[in-house]
Amino acid sequence: MVFKRPECLTKESMHYCPGCGHGIIHRLIAEVIDEDYKESKIIGVAPVGCAVFIYDYFNFDFVAAAHGRATAAATGVKRCIPDALVFSYQGDGDIAAIGTSEVIHAATRGENFTAIFVNNGVYAMTGGQMAPTTIPGQVTVSSPYGRDPKVQGYHIKLCEMLVPLDGVAFVARTSIHNLKNIEFTKKAIKRAFEVQMNNEGFSIIEVLSNCPTNWGLPPCESMKRIENEVLKYYSIGIFKDKGRGI
Amino acid sequence: MKILMKGNEAIAEAALRAGCECFFGYPITPQTELLQYMAKKLLKSGGVFIQAESEVGAINMAYGASSCGKRVMTSSSGPGISLKQEGISYLAGAQLPCVIVNIMRGGPGLGNINAAQSDYLQATKGGGHGDYKVIVLAPSSVQEAVELTMKAFDLADKYRNPVMILGDGMLGQMMEVVEFDENYQPQKVEKPWAVTGDRNREKRVTNSLYIVPEELEKHNFMLMEKYKKIKENEVMVEEYLTDDARVIFVSFGMCARIVKSAVNRLRQAGEKVGLVRPITLWPFPENELKRYASKEEVEFFIDIEMNLGQMLEDVKLSVEGKKEIHFYGRTGGIVPTIQEVVDFYYSLKK
Ligand code: SF4
Repeated sequence: MVFKRPECLTKESMHYCPGCGHGIIHRLIAEVIDEDYKESKIIGVAPVGCAVFIYDYFNFDFVAAAHGRATAAATGVKRCIPDALVFSYQGDGDIAAIGTSEVIHAATRGENFTAIFVNNGVYAMTGGQMAPTTIPGQVTVSSPYGRDPKVQGYHIKLCEMLVPLDGVAFVARTSIHNLKNIEFTKKAIKRAFEVQMNNEGFSIIEVLSNCPTNWGLPPCESMKRIENEVLKYYSIGIFKDKGRGI
Repeated sequence: MKILMKGNEAIAEAALRAGCECFFGYPITPQTELLQYMAKKLLKSGGVFIQAESEVGAINMAYGASSCGKRVMTSSSGPGISLKQEGISYLAGAQLPCVIVNIMRGGPGLGNINAAQSDYLQATKGGGHGDYKVIVLAPSSVQEAVELTMKAFDLADKYRNPVMILGDGMLGQMMEVVEFDENYQPQKVEKPWAVTGDRNREKRVTNSLYIVPEELEKHNFMLMEKYKKIKENEVMVEEYLTDDARVIFVSFGMCARIVKSAVNRLRQAGEKVGLVRPITLWPFPENELKRYASKEEVEFFIDIEMNLGQMLEDVKLSVEGKKEIHFYGRTGGIVPTIQEVVDFYYSLKK
């Protein structure tokens, strides 16, 4: 086997900071599409946030949505082209703050698309402010004394919130802090896409990712932080897979 | 065949006949029957109908569906349209066709659910962020609402731009006799930009992001050129008994119908009055008003609205200070009577 660039990635070099998890996650999506959906119709829905230029990196169609509205736009897309593989790609500020209403209702309706939710615990693009996913104690530029649940409230656990909803077919939380978990993330994406193409309902994968820039850590240290700190607050696993009785 | 229909339902029926395939909405008085009609028809015919979780959800679903090249409609009333403005700006920026119906109620804030023309400025001046324009059509009868709704879909596709039908609660709620052209065929427009997911061609992206200032400026200049073309080609206006008129009433939508009756009454009394009714509120019929402003025999203008003078600014810009303009408006969901309009006219003639 020769290790090469997935075919559905363009030659464009990515704008992400060195060591950022977005590049890894993009590659995983691309590998799954190359392996399983070579001929399929594919439509991605782009977010607002660090991944705002995601449409430059894949060579299939994209709809670029307003901040937080990707799951609403994806609803419109998938309802119009039901045989396409449709996924939204969103950061935590996008899907878990301004877009909470849109994602909960898309999930409740059982919309047949996949949300890929990249959780790095900060608003990265605007300079590292506190996100709804920022963990207790975490220092950010807008929680300079560390997130105090008594003052700023708790971190949001979107996956756990979505599991009980009837329209939701697949929920997983994964991470990319080491090879084993990168492999697990790919498997989860594969399964989520499969669930979607079987018309089972809404699927979401929350990927715990890093933001070396706004965490102020070198890339390797940032991966260790996921392992040592973030995982204490966010457990990893497949929380729901309706088709397989999970 | 002539049938009796409620305004909201007639607009919905007209949209379906114009090939509307998708509707996304959220209930709000006084437009809700439109949503209900769409639910009944689209769910049966294989179209897409979603009662969204909010107006924000609805307009962004419309954004997604329009990206796919479908004929799309959403509808609401004042407060809901305020919420939709974000999405409308994105639709305009990404050059996506969409028909948006606003059956206005009284504002600001929660206001009330009565007939009003409180959203003129919001509709015609952009409303959302950025340099953009929405084509705004203002029917003054249920029959005209039907015709303009059909036209709205063609205009939206032709210019790849959102088009708004701006009516008021009275238009939405009243029943009138309407006739649909049974031979009407919706225009089929090629949409070589539509996102369909097909892999055997260059990829397509619908987007309104231009991070490089020079590129965004170029995009905005291009949009401005498009708006200029719309201004040149699409102005619609009704001129009623204006040929020999010495006083010109200006009024739009249902309010103009009341003014028309007042004009008739004043004519019977020998007064030389006429009515200019903008049908497109954007583009505004500037040239038509300018023409009357330049006529020697025209003494002054009277602007009548169901708000506190939102269109007045456009009338003033068109008249260019050449003639005096008097304003009479009722607000809060109160509809002026014919007699009020007539009395206001005489109060000025004294
Ligand atoms: S700011 Fe953070 S999330 Fe954004 S590209 Fe840089 S490292 Fe990645």
